[in-house]
Amino acid sequence: MTQTFSSTGRDTFVGRPHSRVDGPAKATGLAKYAGEFNAPDLSHGYVVSSAIAKGRIVAIDTAAAEAVPGVIRVFTHENRPRTAWLDYNYQDAVAPPGSPFRPLYDDTIAYSGQPVALVVAEDFDTARHAATLVRVDYEAEAPETDPSKLLDLAYDPPKKRSGIKPPPKPWGDASAAYDAAPIKLREEYRLAVEHHNPMEPHASTVVYEGDGTYTVYDKIQGVSNSQGYLTGVFGLKKDDVRVMNPYLGGGFGAGLRPQYQLFLAMLAARELKRSVRVVLTRDQMFSFTYRPDALQTVSLGSDRDGALQSLRHDAVGATSRFEDYQEVVVNWSAVLYGCENVALSYKLAQVDTFSPGDMRAPGAVTGVFAIETAMDELAYATGLDPIALRLKNYSESDATAEGKPFGSKALKACFTQGADRFGWDRRNPEPRSMREGKELVGWGMATGVWESMMMQSSARAALTADGRLEVGNSTGDLGTGTYTILTQIAADTLGLTMEDVTTKLGDTRLAEAPVAGGSWTAASSGTAVMKACRNVGEQVFKLARQMEGSPLANVDFERVAFTDGRIEVAGDPGRSVSLVDAMRAAGVESVEATESAGPDTDFNAKYEAYTHSAVFVEVKIDEELGQVRLTRVVSAIAAGKILNPKTARSQIIGGVVMGIGSALEEESMMDHRLGRFMNHNLGEYHVPVSADIHDIDVIFVDEEDKANPLGVKGLGEIGIVGTAAAVANAVYHATGKRIRHLPITIDKILG
Amino acid sequence: MNRFDYVRAGTVAEAVQAFAAGPDARFIAGGTNLVDLMKYDVERPGRLVDITRLPLAEIEEHDGGLRIGALVTNANVAYDARVRERYPLLANAILAGASAQLRNAASTGGNLLQRTRCYYFYDTATPCNKRIPGSGCPAIQGLNRIHAIFGASESCIATHPSDMCVALAALEAVVRVSGPEGERSIAFSDFHRLPGDTPEVDTTLKPGEIVVSVDLPERGFASNFTYLKLRDRLSYAFALVSVAAGFEFDGETVKTARLALGGVAHKPWRNREAEALLQGKPATRETFQAAADLIVAEAKPQSENGFKVELARRAIVRGLEQAAAGTPQSLSDKRIQ
Repeated sequence: MTQTFSSTGRDTFVGRPHSRVDGPAKATGLAKYAGEFNAPDLSHGYVVSSAIAKGRIVAIDTAAAEAVPGVIRVFTHENRPRTAWLDYNYQDAVAPPGSPFRPLYDDTIAYSGQPVALVVAEDFDTARHAATLVRVDYEAEAPETDPSKLLDLAYDPPKKRSGIKPPPKPWGDASAAYDAAPIKLREEYRLAVEHHNPMEPHASTVVYEGDGTYTVYDKIQGVSNSQGYLTGVFGLKKDDVRVMNPYLGGGFGAGLRPQYQLFLAMLAARELKRSVRVVLTRDQMFSFTYRPDALQTVSLGSDRDGALQSLRHDAVGATSRFEDYQEVVVNWSAVLYGCENVALSYKLAQVDTFSPGDMRAPGAVTGVFAIETAMDELAYATGLDPIALRLKNYSESDATAEGKPFGSKALKACFTQGADRFGWDRRNPEPRSMREGKELVGWGMATGVWESMMMQSSARAALTADGRLEVGNSTGDLGTGTYTILTQIAADTLGLTMEDVTTKLGDTRLAEAPVAGGSWTAASSGTAVMKACRNVGEQVFKLARQMEGSPLANVDFERVAFTDGRIEVAGDPGRSVSLVDAMRAAGVESVEATESAGPDTDFNAKYEAYTHSAVFVEVKIDEELGQVRLTRVVSAIAAGKILNPKTARSQIIGGVVMGIGSALEEESMMDHRLGRFMNHNLGEYHVPVSADIHDIDVIFVDEEDKANPLGVKGLGEIGIVGTAAAVANAVYHATGKRIRHLPITIDKILG
Repeated sequence: MNRFDYVRAGTVAEAVQAFAAGPDARFIAGGTNLVDLMKYDVERPGRLVDITRLPLAEIEEHDGGLRIGALVTNANVAYDARVRERYPLLANAILAGASAQLRNAASTGGNLLQRTRCYYFYDTATPCNKRIPGSGCPAIQGLNRIHAIFGASESCIATHPSDMCVALAALEAVVRVSGPEGERSIAFSDFHRLPGDTPEVDTTLKPGEIVVSVDLPERGFASNFTYLKLRDRLSYAFALVSVAAGFEFDGETVKTARLALGGVAHKPWRNREAEALLQGKPATRETFQAAADLIVAEAKPQSENGFKVELARRAIVRGLEQAAAGTPQSLSDKRIQ
C-alpha cells in the first residue's frame, strides 16, 4: 500500500485493519439512536398520512381522536402554529432548487403518504390508536406518477442544484458520427424506483428545556443541517437549538435532509411546551424521499475494432412538482470513455410524489448501469472482450471538465487485478456456453466511477494532562467507520494509542462540519482532525522546548516525530519528551485547537478527482426456472489511500450488496392509478437476505492521490456503482437475454 | 391500532366461550400475522382471546399418523424427529417459509389462518373486497404480479401465502376444530375456500370455531417427495409458485401421486385429474409434462402475472422429477436440483 498520509513519517494505526471503536456500544445496546433518548414528561406524536396522492382536504375531523383519554393535541393544517413564510427558510443545506415541502401547511395534498395530522399523546400506543380515529375527507384529483407519460413535458431545470454538474455542451457531431459508424446500438435503460430503507426509521426527539432552548435528537447525517432548518423555519437562535445524533442506523442519503418528523416534533414541542418524540413507521419510510426513476437512452457508434465514434446518453429523471431534484446521471459516460463526438442530456419530469433525493451514489447508480450495460452490448457487437473494449476507449482525462487530467486513475490496475482474482481469462464469451448441471453460468463485468470530493470541514482536538485526547466535529457516522478512522488519524498524528483517543461526532456544540454524504467525510473530517492534532502537537512541542534542560531545545518542529506518547527528534529516539511531562511542566491542564480543512483549490484547478472500480460477477441461473443465484463477486477498487482496510472492506461489501439488490430485487411498486407505492414494508420491498449473498472479494489497488494530505478519496458509494450492470451483463452471458429494465426478476428472465 | 380487551383462556372450552362473548373477538397465538394486521389497522378486534396456554402444544401418535396440536410452533413441527423422518415434505415446506424467528413464534393453527399478502389488503388507504366487502379490488388491473392464476373471482385475486399448508394439502391432512357446536373434522382441501363473491371469508371455519389439531394420515411420502419454492429472493419471500409433490411407486410405475401448488390461488391448489393422470404411468418427463399441461390449462392470469403460468408448468415438471428421483429440493443450498 502506498503511504501518502504522514504527519510524522510513520503510520502506526492508519492503513491497518481495526474493528470499529463504536462496535462495543452498538453490540451491547449502549449506543442510543434519535428515537431512544428520553426526557421527563416526554409525549409521543404519531403521524396521520394522506390516503390520496393529489387533491385537497375538504374536511378533517379530529374530535374522536381528541376525545381519547391521554391525547394531548391533534395538529392539522387548520390549527397549526405559524411558521416561517419564505421558501428560503425551509431550504436546508442540501435542498435542490424549489419550494420545499411544508408539513401541515394548507389543505393541498401533493403526494400519497403526505402527513396530514400529528396526534400527540401521553404514550405511543394512545397516539397510534387515536390516529386511526382522525377522519379526513378528500377531494381527489387523478395523479400522474409515471415519468414515461411525461416525456413530452420534460424540461431542462432552469436553476441548477448546487454541487451537481449539469451535462457539458456537446462536442463533435454525435448524430453524424453515429450514422456513419459501422457498428451502432441504441437502447433504452430503466432502473426501478428504490427507497433507502435504513434499518433505523426516521425519528426526532425534541427536548423542551423550559428556558426557551431545545435539545433535539434527530436522525440526520449531519446535525448542523437540522439545526439550520429549525432556526430557519421556527425563527430560533442557533444557540437555543442543540441538535445531537451520535449514531445512525444507516442513512444511505435518506438522512441528508431534515424530514417531516423533525418539523412536526418541534412544532408540537413549542406549542405544547413539552418534550415530544415522533418516530415514523416502516410504511411511512416510503412517504418521503427515494431514488428516482430515470428513462435513459444510450446510443453508441463505433469502428469495427471497438473505437467509439459517437456517444450519446440522454436521461429524463423524475422529480416532484415542488422541487427540481437533480443528480449527475449522464456525465459518467464521457468521464469513463474518450470519444470525439459526444452529446449528453439530462431533463426532468414532474410527478405527484415527494421530492426524490440522494441515495447512495445518486445518479451514478442510474447512469453507470446504462452505459456499462451498453458497453457490454458493444463488446458483443464488436467481438471484443469487455475489458479490451474498455481499454480501447479508456479516458486519460475528464472530457466533461474541459479535458483536465485525473489526479489519479488506477482503473487499469482494477481491471488487471480484478480479472486475475476472478479468473476472467477462463471465460468463454459465448452466451449460454458455460453450464453446471441444470444451471447456466454467467460471468459479467462493469466499471464503477464516483466523484472524489472534499468539503469545508472543521474539527477540534483537545489533549489533557492525563494524556487523553478528544477529537471530533458535528458530522455523522452512518455506521461506516468514521469514528474509527478519525481515532486512527488522531492517534497517529500525536503518537498516542487508539485507546488514548475519544472521538465525538454528531453534536452541534462540536466543531462545525457538513452532512456525511458524497463519500467526502474521510477526506474532509479526516484532514480537519489531522490538522487540529498537528496544531495541538505544535503547541505541546513549544511547551516541551521550554522545559528546563529540554532535549528538544533548538530543534525545529519539522524535525520531531510523535511516537509512543512522546515527542522525539526524528531518528534520535534518545532525545525525547513525553507529551504529559511537557504539559505538566508548564502547568497546562489542556491544549486545544480547532482547525478547518477544505478542498485544495490549486489541485482542483489542475485535476479532476474520481474513484474507480471494476466489478466482476458470477451468476448461476436455472435454465428452465429462471431462478438466479449470485455466487461470486470480485470488486477491485481504486480509491487512493485506504485508512482502515477492515472498515473499508465492509463499506465496499455493503455497496456491492446494495448493488445486487438494485440489480435483482429492489423495486418500489407504484400503482399509478392511486399514485401510491404499494409494497411499503420490508416483507414486500425486497432487499437481499443472507441466502442471496455469497463470496464478495474486495481488492484495493495501489493508488497515490494528492487531492488532500491524507491521500484518501472516499469509499461510501463506489462499491454500489457498476454492480448492477455487472450483474445484468452476467445474466446476459448466462442466458443470452439482455435485460435493460431493473430489477432482473424471474418473469423477465423467462419472458 | 385500536383498543381491545384481552382475555387469557386456560382450556379450549374457555377459549370458545370467551370468543363468543365478543365483541369482534380474535384468537391470538403466535401473533406473527395478527399483530401486524392490527398495527396496520386492518384487523380491529374488540377482544383478543389468548390461547397460548391451551394444552395443544404436543405432537402425538394418532391412528398410524401424527396429531399436531394447534399450538405447536412451526419450528417445533419442522424439527420434530418423527416429522422429519415420516413427513419430510412437511418439514421442508415449513423451513422454506418465513424466518427462524417467525417460525419460533408462529403456531400450526395460525399458519392455516394467516391472511393474504396482497398489497391492497394491507393498506387501508385503498379499497379491498377482502377487507371491506363491496369496496372493490384494485389488484385487478393493478399491481398483481404476485396474485392468483387459479380459482380467482371478479371480486378477489389474492393468494394464500402459506408454504406449510401446501404440504398439508398434498399430505391430505385433516383439520380438527372445536366450537360452540362441539368438535368436527375438516378435510384439508375443504378447509380453505376460493374467494367467490365473499372473499372476506378465507376458510370454512364457523364463527367461534378454533383449530385444535392438524392430523397427518399414515402416508407420508417420505421416500419420494419435494417442496420446490420459486420466489423473488432466495429466502424470506413468499412463493411466486411452489410445488409440493409426493409419490409412491409400484416398481417403475406411479402407484400414488400427490401434487399441490402454492402462491397461485386463494388456497393450496390441487388438481385431482392431474394426480389421476400420473397414476399407473411410468415416472417420465413426458408424463410429468402431461400432468403440468393439464393443470395450467385452466389458469387465468391477470394483467401482470402471465409468467406464473409458464413458471408453474415448469415448476410442476421439476418438482415431480425431484420427487420421483428422491432428490428433494435442498433448503440450505438454494441450487435447484
